[in-house]
Amino acid sequence: MAAIEMKNIVKQYGDGFPAVNDVSIDVADGEFMILVGPSGCGKSTLLRMIVGLEDITSGDMVIGGKRVNDLAPRDRNLAMVFQNYALYPHLSVYENIAFPLRLAGASNEEVDKKVRNASKTLELDEHLDRKPGNLSGGQRQRVAMGRAIVRDAEAFLFDEPLSNLDAKLRGQMRTEIARLQRRLGITTVYVTHDQTEAMTLGDRVAVLKRGILQQLATPRELYTNPVNLFVAGFIGSPPMNFLPATVEGNSVKLPFGTVTIPEEKAKKAQGKGLLIAGIRPEHFEDAAVMDSAKHSGSTFREKVDVVEWLGNEAYAYIPFEAPPEVQEQLLQLERDLDGEALRTQLVISLDGASRIKEGDEAELWVDSSKMHLFDPATGENLTVDPSAAGTSPADTSTSKVAEQQDAIASPGEQEDAAQE
Amino acid sequence: MRKSGVGTYVGFLVILVWCLLPVAWIVSLSFKSLAETTTGSPHFLPQDATWDNYKVLLGMTSDKSTSHDFIAALRNSFGISIVATVLAVIIATLAAYAIARLEFKGKRLVLSLALAIAMFPVVSLVGPLFDMWRTFHLFNTWPGLIIPYMTFTLPLAIWTLSAFFREIPWEMEQAAQVDGATSWQAFRKVIVPLAAPGVFTAAILTFFFAWNEFVLAISLTSTTSSRTVPAQMSYFVGPDPFNPPYSQLATASVIVTIPVIVIVLLFQRRIVAGLTSGAVKG
Repeated sequence: MAAIEMKNIVKQYGDGFPAVNDVSIDVADGEFMILVGPSGCGKSTLLRMIVGLEDITSGDMVIGGKRVNDLAPRDRNLAMVFQNYALYPHLSVYENIAFPLRLAGASNEEVDKKVRNASKTLELDEHLDRKPGNLSGGQRQRVAMGRAIVRDAEAFLFDEPLSNLDAKLRGQMRTEIARLQRRLGITTVYVTHDQTEAMTLGDRVAVLKRGILQQLATPRELYTNPVNLFVAGFIGSPPMNFLPATVEGNSVKLPFGTVTIPEEKAKKAQGKGLLIAGIRPEHFEDAAVMDSAKHSGSTFREKVDVVEWLGNEAYAYIPFEAPPEVQEQLLQLERDLDGEALRTQLVISLDGASRIKEGDEAELWVDSSKMHLFDPATGENLTVDPSAAGTSPADTSTSKVAEQQDAIASPGEQEDAAQE
Repeated sequence: MRKSGVGTYVGFLVILVWCLLPVAWIVSLSFKSLAETTTGSPHFLPQDATWDNYKVLLGMTSDKSTSHDFIAALRNSFGISIVATVLAVIIATLAAYAIARLEFKGKRLVLSLALAIAMFPVVSLVGPLFDMWRTFHLFNTWPGLIIPYMTFTLPLAIWTLSAFFREIPWEMEQAAQVDGATSWQAFRKVIVPLAAPGVFTAAILTFFFAWNEFVLAISLTSTTSSRTVPAQMSYFVGPDPFNPPYSQLATASVIVTIPVIVIVLLFQRRIVAGLTSGAVKG
């Protein structure tokens, strides 16, 4: 087991496109690190650079105190689970799991002991003689994990291991992976685009966008203190609402009315003109079902367009008009997030007891103290609490690089999106 | 799909009869005595079935003159075909792997050259080869036949195999490398077994070409030290030059066909692709 240190890692392809740009992440020994981001953000490339399947253009990859940039994958002693499992179809499950041991020249007794151990852990005992072709998706997934845990690897690397499973199995395997990692206590780097996996599995989460690390923090920090618009929009489901806002003193003018925010937040956003306010759906509520004691925020009346009732909660949608500069930024964000939102609308999560129906004009409450304010030009979160936001390398010089890259990338953006 | 009707079966029958009638005729001929084939009115079935022809050809009678040459030719056929096949498959596997996996300059050129060689008429090369082989002292030797057989079968083998290699997901190899394999181990333990159907297909095609080839075999050999069965059969003259020993020729044909049938029956299941199913999510 070992710590993995990535220092200013850059991956540039032949055409000069930086798939990974100056990323530095330290994964502590035994830590479960998640790399997350929309497709094309470079998370898989980064993982493949750790394992050695991609060359590193510049920067240092240090595993267990040893620089491994120029080592072949087999000399790095890492175990990887591939997205499509990459099982050897001509070998039985037993031999698939035994494959790394056989290559290492282990004796037959040792192989047998370790394979049986792994298969017991993963409940594969009755499948050992079968070929991967005859297994279900979940079983194949477990065989791939067996092949990883059977050796004493320095670290586990997972490349979207659950994306090929159906929803129910995915939930089960997710818990299974978490349990396994806690028990083995092995350093793990896990790539996913699924934010549920990111939030539930990781000790820390690294959010990437177009090859640049946006924020590296615990799931809670990411959720409560996103450093910029991208992280705020990426983490959370349904996503955070973004509204045009202007701050005057302690009050914030939003499309549906004016609310007050705490003084220290207001101070940071003074005199910046038009801003983007970010409020999570659950910080709204139907005023009719609330305890009056909780009434610390503001209320407003608005016509509800659509209601989706899920039993424990309900989502209400309220369309609003945004000025063009905000609209532009939100569309850009939507493209960055691989989304296709057609209109600007407010998503509100209501209590299941709420009786609001479609077309009703309802009185709604908002907890404005939880509001974030973003600079529309840079996307930066003005109200972030730096002590509880983990690290974000975009603080200093790299943010300039990021902006430049954005500026270069913007004209071709739509084509890129179309290709993906 | 529509249920197959009577017409389909009639079609099958017509094609079967069309294809198998000559084979049946040869088998029937091989059981006829020499006397029966020279009489005026031939029958389809032998009037008086006999194993004599087989006994003569395989040296089970006192007269060893015919059998000696035929068995030597059989030995040559097996040796040359097997050596040519093994070499061609090894070279083709490595070449096809490089073509399927690596990006290098002149890749298209290699592929089109290979195709050009495959299209080249063999007959046009017989003259030059004859002269060259005499100069190089390869005339009437095993390598003298093995080299051209390999050359003419390599293109097809390379094309077949590179198609198979392209089908194998990259991840297989990468997984093997992460598991601790060298490139060579990954190739030998993962890629080649997965491409086995392709390797067998290429091997069978090469073997059949070498086994059945006649033009080069007759032109580049002069004695039974390297003459193969198809060439040797043209030397079955018999006592009367105007009456070739049809029954013996038919017997020789049956004998050389048997290995081919055995090979096809043995390997037909291996040729069937689909071994890669289950490698990745499917």
